[in-house]
Formats: sequence, structure tokens, C-alpha cells
Amino acid sequence: MEYKDYYKMLGVDRDASEDEIKRAYRKLARKYHPDVSKEPDAEDRFKEVQEAYEVLHDPEKRKAYDSFGNDWQAGQDFRPPPDWEQQGPEQHFSDADFDLGGFSDFFESLFGHGRGRGRRSTHFRASGQDQYARLRISLEDAYRGATRSITLTVPEADAQGGVRQKQRELKVRIPAGVQAGQSIRLKGQGSGGIGGAEAGDLLLEIEYEPHPLFEVRKGDIYLDLPVTPWEAALGGKVTVPTLGGNVNLNIPANSQAGKQLRLKGRGLPGKPPGDQIVRLKIVTPPADTESRRKLYEQMREQMPMNPRADLGV
Amino acid sequence: MIIVEDNDIYPAEVFDEQRQITLDELSRLCGVQTSLILELVEEGVLEPVDMQSGHWSFTGTSIRRVQVAVRLQRDLELNTPGIALALDLLEELEDLRRHMGRL
Repeated sequence: MEYKDYYKMLGVDRDASEDEIKRAYRKLARKYHPDVSKEPDAEDRFKEVQEAYEVLHDPEKRKAYDSFGNDWQAGQDFRPPPDWEQQGPEQHFSDADFDLGGFSDFFESLFGHGRGRGRRSTHFRASGQDQYARLRISLEDAYRGATRSITLTVPEADAQGGVRQKQRELKVRIPAGVQAGQSIRLKGQGSGGIGGAEAGDLLLEIEYEPHPLFEVRKGDIYLDLPVTPWEAALGGKVTVPTLGGNVNLNIPANSQAGKQLRLKGRGLPGKPPGDQIVRLKIVTPPADTESRRKLYEQMREQMPMNPRADLGV
Repeated sequence: MIIVEDNDIYPAEVFDEQRQITLDELSRLCGVQTSLILELVEEGVLEPVDMQSGHWSFTGTSIRRVQVAVRLQRDLELNTPGIALALDLLEELEDLRRHMGRL
């Protein structure tokens, strides 16, 4: 497995004080918190930072980690010393982490399962724990509906009463029209109950992957549509991409940049379905040849106008 | 690590704006005490659909707001007013980003 440089992850020296470690952690936790940060790798970075802090803020774990020496490089193949024993805190079910995906193999094999932080509030019920995770889907999948595979890391009691991590892969049918910010529930797919009690539910929070063309607001899809000056001025039919495929849109004559045209019912499916809102963006051909320059000059002579009249200049 | 693959395809139930859930359901679904939800209502983070009767109900999208609140509280040790502020600013930021994306 790969060696993890926890000091580097937090950006602190190996002799950093507990306070320095805490400050560095808090700062990075705010920066990479997946609910706050929009950096694409925020979730992974946040997990890394949490893992590093989990080890370094605990004097015993830090001592154990330091005992491997300073010569390891991040990513280097690492094997714990043969006399290594797991000295993690006592294991509690309620402290287990129910997020999608756990800490690294490096962490798991060295510090085992008792990873919960004391202050982490727990809401344990004997009837099996509800689980929460984020599910990032593409806009196309949201439009059409899709079947997606998700992997859950769940703790499971073994015969000796200890806890081990288990990975479960399951397929979920994503309903068409599901929107970012909504949650979907898979009944009975949370972690299992104890002693045969009913399993909890799995709740997935929907997030959209950014789309290169479309913006989404509620069920409506927004698209900036580039048009030529003559398309805007003279009007006419243009082809517009929508999630459901290309459609024709009639541009009324004398349209200005920023004009919004509504394609009714072409947004996300639902009751009622959303619309697609097309905003015109006028692009001008460059005056890069003599004849084009002439045309622009002709327009200037024959169509004088002050586009800044509203600005009082 | 044991890996278990499950080949069934599970249907999902959507909690959207139209879906109404009771205070008890919301707290059960989110795995939090009702007192936290009441605090969030007090702070204006959550708005019950129907505040008149003694039985408050919420929209399905409240689930996410509670989840975010719980995570901010747990991971960044924010208190309820801090959560309310963070959520408001995040929403504003989201709007701005969306607007910027269109410019």
C-alpha cells in the first residue's frame, strides 16, 4: 500500500505543535469542505485532510505514525513493521463513518476501524442505520433517468463482536427529472440492523456534474445561443440543442442580445416539466478582409445608431 | 475488504419540493433530534410548509438542508447561526456562479 505523508497533507512540519496541527486542519477543512468548496476534487481532499488530522491530533496515533520514521515519501510502497499491532481506540459501532468510501488502505490497515472522532455526534438506532451519501450525476442522466452503480463502505459486525469494513456495490434506478438538491431514498438499503432488526434506509443527495452547454435552475435549462447580427435582426429559424435532442427555434425579427426565448416543456421532465430558456448572444464576424470592412463601413453610414443612449452618453 | 455485489436494481423514491414530510419523518430521515430541526426553523434555515397547525410539515428538499447543516456542524463545528449564515452565503454564491457561468 502507499505511504501517506500526513504532515504534508496538512502542510505542517513534522515537529508542529498540536495547536498548529489543529489550525492547519481547520483552515483546510473549511477550504475543502464538500458543501462549501466547488473545487472538483474537494471531496477527496477533504477526506485526506480529515484522515491526516485523525492521526496527527491523537497523541498516540501520531506517536505510532512517527515511529515509522521520516524517510518515507508519499506514494511509496509501504508495509507496516512485523510487530505492528493495531492500537486504535476501542471500537464502537456508533463511531463508524457512514460516508461513501472510507479512509485510505494505509489508514485502515494501521489504525483500523475505530476511526470515529469523539465529538462526532451519533444517532445510532438498533434498527439499522440510515446512510447518507452524495450522488453526482450528469444532466443527461437526470433528463433521461439512468441506472447507476454505487459503492458503499459499511461496517459489519463479525462473529467475534468486532467490526470490519465491507464494500457493497448496488445498482440504483435514478428517476428521470431528479434535481440537484433533492434526495432519493432506497428503502432498506442502509446498513443492517443488529440481531436481525430491520435495515435502515439509504439516502442519496443528488448533485449535478457541471455541463459544458447547459445551466440548470430548478427544472429549467438555460442555454446561451450564439446568433449572427442578421439572424437577430431579420429573424429566422435556427437549430438549438436541448437535452432531448436538437429542435428548431424561431427567432423573431429585431431581437437584441440577451433576449430570452422559452422552449416550453424542453427542460427537465416533471409535473409540470421545466422549460428550456434560450438567451441570445450576438456574435459578429471579424472585419478581417477588405470587403468585410467595406460592409461594416456601409452599415455605419446607412444605419447610424447610438447603442449607449440609455447610458446618457 | 470484502466486496459484495448486488445485481438487483433498486428503485429510488424522490424527495422533491412537492413531497411533504412531517417533522418526525424529517428528523428520522436525517438521523437528527427534532430539537436540531426546531433550532434550524428558528434560525430561518428551514421553513415549514404549514406552520398553522401543531403538525409542521416540510418539503422533501429540506432533507438536503438539514444534511448540510449537520455536516457543517460536525466538520467545521459551526453553531446554528453560523450554519444559517453559511447556507445563505452559499446560496448567494451559487447564484453568482450560475450568473458568471452565463456571462
